[in-house]
This record gives sequence, structure tokens and C-alpha cells, in this order.
Amino acid sequence: MKSNTTLRLFLTFFKIGAFTFGGGYAMIPLIQREVVENKKWLSDKDVSDVVAIAETTPGPIAINAATFVGYKTNGIMGAIASTLGVVLPSFLIISLVALAFKKYMKYEIVANAFWGVRIAVVALMVKALISMFKQCPKNAVSYSVAAIALILVAVFHTNILFIILGAAIVGIIYNQVKAGRNR
Amino acid sequence: MIYLKLFWVFFKIGAFTFGGGYAMLPLVQQEVLQNGWLSNEEIVDFIAISESTPGPFAVNMSTLAGMQTAGIFGAFCATFGVVLPSFIIILLVARIYDRFQSSKVIKGAMLGLKGAVVGLIGAAVISTAISVFGSAVKSINTKEMVTATILLAALGLGIRKKIHPIILIIVSAIVGMVVQGI
Repeated sequence: MKSNTTLRLFLTFFKIGAFTFGGGYAMIPLIQREVVENKKWLSDKDVSDVVAIAETTPGPIAINAATFVGYKTNGIMGAIASTLGVVLPSFLIISLVALAFKKYMKYEIVANAFWGVRIAVVALMVKALISMFKQCPKNAVSYSVAAIALILVAVFHTNILFIILGAAIVGIIYNQVKAGRNR
Repeated sequence: MIYLKLFWVFFKIGAFTFGGGYAMLPLVQQEVLQNGWLSNEEIVDFIAISESTPGPFAVNMSTLAGMQTAGIFGAFCATFGVVLPSFIIILLVARIYDRFQSSKVIKGAMLGLKGAVVGLIGAAVISTAISVFGSAVKSINTKEMVTATILLAALGLGIRKKIHPIILIIVSAIVGMVVQGI
């Protein structure tokens, strides 16, 4: 029975990985339907926990969600099966696409198509920027952190790992000071 | 050794990306360009491919970068690297997640990180825009500049109307083929 659940976790997440575009949040409704409604492995509260946990831990949302659901359902074997399942379709499809990209980029018509596509990517990145900005807490501290991070990377090419660590520390200190003041 | 290096670089990217997807791009640009693995243009092309193929964006991006840098085993190392930190951290957090979620330290850290991600993506947008539009502006290529401006305006409208990114990418590809082909 246990190994059966592991296999079914793998197949479920393989299906989710193979049929969601854009990953991450696009995956949550599918996880909800498969894991809560169809398989009844987890409750609705577990799935909303998945989203909260995936957002507050580093790494791709899709991987965080798959690992969490797998672990909750069937322990470490479940975690391995779900994560492997959600990664494998991408890995297989992209390996083929990468080969084709190398081969066809030589053709002028493909290169021309990518000229247009690159402009679309700039637009999509601006879209991501706007949605991150909307999710950002509306206060002077997070705006200052944003401005400083932007200048440090764009102008001084500072290592981003330091910026991430620094921002986390600034946030923690700010929260402590605020809590101290409210007391 | 290239495989070990790919693994390590993508491990760092996995461990320091908060918010997933596009939030990983500033780190990918910095790390991958520094190592000379991909050009700025290739990274932009890979963003488009990752967006229009199924599966998690971060996995697609890592597999593509690894594949282009060091073939199929490179793809494996990069993907394994980007997945591993998430996997380990979730296993650690899964047992204590109620305490983790209500922790003041985590809440504070998220407050700082959400601001940082905005700034970092802002920087990534600037460097990408320079690499995409730079050559047309420098060489004063009027046809390219006019087309790019009109296309950008149309894309902005498309995004506001919530048209799916894949459709926007396909339409832009057709515009590129037609305009640059003439």
C-alpha cells in the first residue's frame, strides 16, 4: 500500500508537471484538485499551508509545493517521488527543445522570430516587476530596500547573495524594533 | 570541473531565490554571465522558451542553461542543483511549519526580502532592456526602433487585457519574422 502511494504521488506530480505552463502558482489549483478532491491525501488547509510555506522558503514554488505535499502524504519517499515527478517532464521536454534550439537558430527566419520574442520577454519581465511591487509591503523600509538593491546591482554589480542576506537582516531588525516600540 | 561548478552555481540560485519564477532571473544573469556560460541574448531566449514549455519555470531555465553549457549531464547537474535546496529546506520545515510561519524572525526577513526582490528584478529589467534594444538604438536603426516601440505598446495592452504570455510570445515571434524578413 505504501509503495503504491509513492508510485501514485509520482504519477500525479508527473501529470501536473507535464500540463502546467508558467509553473508555480499555475500549479496550485491542479494540486488542489488532484491531491484534495480526487485522491483525498490532504485537506484544504494543508494546501493553503503549501502556498504559505512555498512563499517563505527559498527555491521554485513548484518544487517546494511538490516536496511538501509528498512529505505530508507519504514521508520521505513521498517527497522524493513527488519532486522527481514534477521535474521529470520539464527535464525531458527541455532537453529535446535545447537540441532543436541549437540546430534551428542558424536559420534566419528563426533568428528573426527571436528578435520579436526578446521584446515580449522584456514586457513579461516588466509585468513580473509590477506584480512583485504590488505584493511588496507598502512602507518606507521595503521601498528603501528595493531602491538600494536596485542601485547596488545595476550600478555597482554587487553580489546578489549579499543583498538577499542584507535585506533579510534589515527586515528582521526592523520588525524587532517595531515590536519593541509597540510594547 | 564544469559539472560540479554548474551544480554549485544552480544550488546557490535555488537557495537564494524567494518567490520563484522570475525572481530567479537577477541571480541567473549575474552568476551565468560571470562564468561566461551564456550570452545575455541567450538568457533572454531561454526565458521565452521556459515560459512557453510546460513545467516549473525555474526547472526549465536551469535545464536549458545546463544543456547549452555542458550537454545533457550539465542539464542534469544544473537542475539537480536548483531543486536540492528547496527539497532539503522543505523537509526540515514540514514538521514545524506552524511555528515557522508565525515566527517573528521569518516575518521580518520576508519583509526585507520582498523589497529586495522588487529592486533586483528592476535591475534585471534594465540590463535586459539594454541588451535587447541597445544595438538598434546604437546603430540608429529606425525600422527596428519603430517596430519595437509599437510592439511594446501592443504587448503592454495585451498584458493589461490578461492575454496568456504564450500567445504574446507567439505573436511577437510572427511580428519578428515578418518585419525582419522584409
